[in-house]
Amino acid sequence: MTTQEAVLHPAAIVEELKRNGFTHVVWLPDSETNFMYQLLTSEPSLDLVPVCREGETMAIAAGLWVGGKKPVVLIQNTGIFESGDSIRGLGLDVNQPLVMLVGYRGWSRHGITNDSAARFIEHILHAWGITYYLIETDDDADRISNALEEAERTRKPVAVLVGTEFGA
Amino acid sequence: MIDNTDAVKLLDSKREDSVFVATMNANNVNFGLPSVTTNEDLDFPISGAMGKASSVGLGLALAQPDRKIMVLDGDGSLLMNLGAMVTLASKAPTNIYHFLFDNGVYAVTGGQPVPGSEKTDWADMARAAGYATTFDFDNIEDLATGIEEVLSSPGPVFVRLAITPEIENTPVQFRPRASRSVLTAFRDLPKALGNE
Repeated sequence: MTTQEAVLHPAAIVEELKRNGFTHVVWLPDSETNFMYQLLTSEPSLDLVPVCREGETMAIAAGLWVGGKKPVVLIQNTGIFESGDSIRGLGLDVNQPLVMLVGYRGWSRHGITNDSAARFIEHILHAWGITYYLIETDDDADRISNALEEAERTRKPVAVLVGTEFGA
Repeated sequence: MIDNTDAVKLLDSKREDSVFVATMNANNVNFGLPSVTTNEDLDFPISGAMGKASSVGLGLALAQPDRKIMVLDGDGSLLMNLGAMVTLASKAPTNIYHFLFDNGVYAVTGGQPVPGSEKTDWADMARAAGYATTFDFDNIEDLATGIEEVLSSPGPVFVRLAITPEIENTPVQFRPRASRSVLTAFRDLPKALGNE
């Protein structure tokens, strides 16, 4: 596989979100997913809900879900650490079927990463019993469908780790 | 100052088909919303959420634009999630009414003062955050007179209520629990809202 082919394009993610009927993207921009912004704001079927801090996202998503919508959260792995009590109280404890797209800061398959955000994230998800999928290329985008199916079947939050920066 | 029960009773009397998202003293089983509610099916109690009641309310308001969403918040709670005021005011749903039960203390932990309780001007803060309209009431008579104007104002509306502190010193494990929890509300509200 060439480097060009390995790139994950925002259109692949947005198409997957549309295909699964997501209605709202509750997010705080991060360097792994920032290139999605223009596409997200121009997509009429997705309502963008920007937040000031990541812990708000699970709570807003809870309200949206109860109100009949299908939200997805889009934050960085550092934001998962910040959101711990929201994931506990308004995700796991209430059985919220929530898909969380998580920018995987520090992700590398080329040796040991020095970034603690990358070293800790999978351990944290394991500790909470939260299943996760990894997306690196366009070919992986359909794992969002897998995550949604699992979230709805198990009535639990499921994470999708975005392990590469997006192509233009 | 306004008695906590008087406040929730007055707001409940004006609810029509509103959803109430209530936390802390506003949701106290003895003197909060659960003790006076006339439509429990549309109550969304929020506990153990570290100040996220208004965030849940924002999500509900966006999902249910034709229904009023009344958030009954606490001052210590909102301080934990202060950025949520800007998030809410930025998205600006016109159907959300954010009531702050400002008693100046952490009532459920023994009454310790919250930071800034003598200094913070909540209505000014909400106005600066971008709420469309703000109100400030320190007695039940003015609240009773002003509530129609509050609820006829397009949101997001912020209402600070000066509430008399009611301190809980009973150990947590011995406190009575409301029959309706955040879990049961999360399970049952979609049906009550016609989404199932």
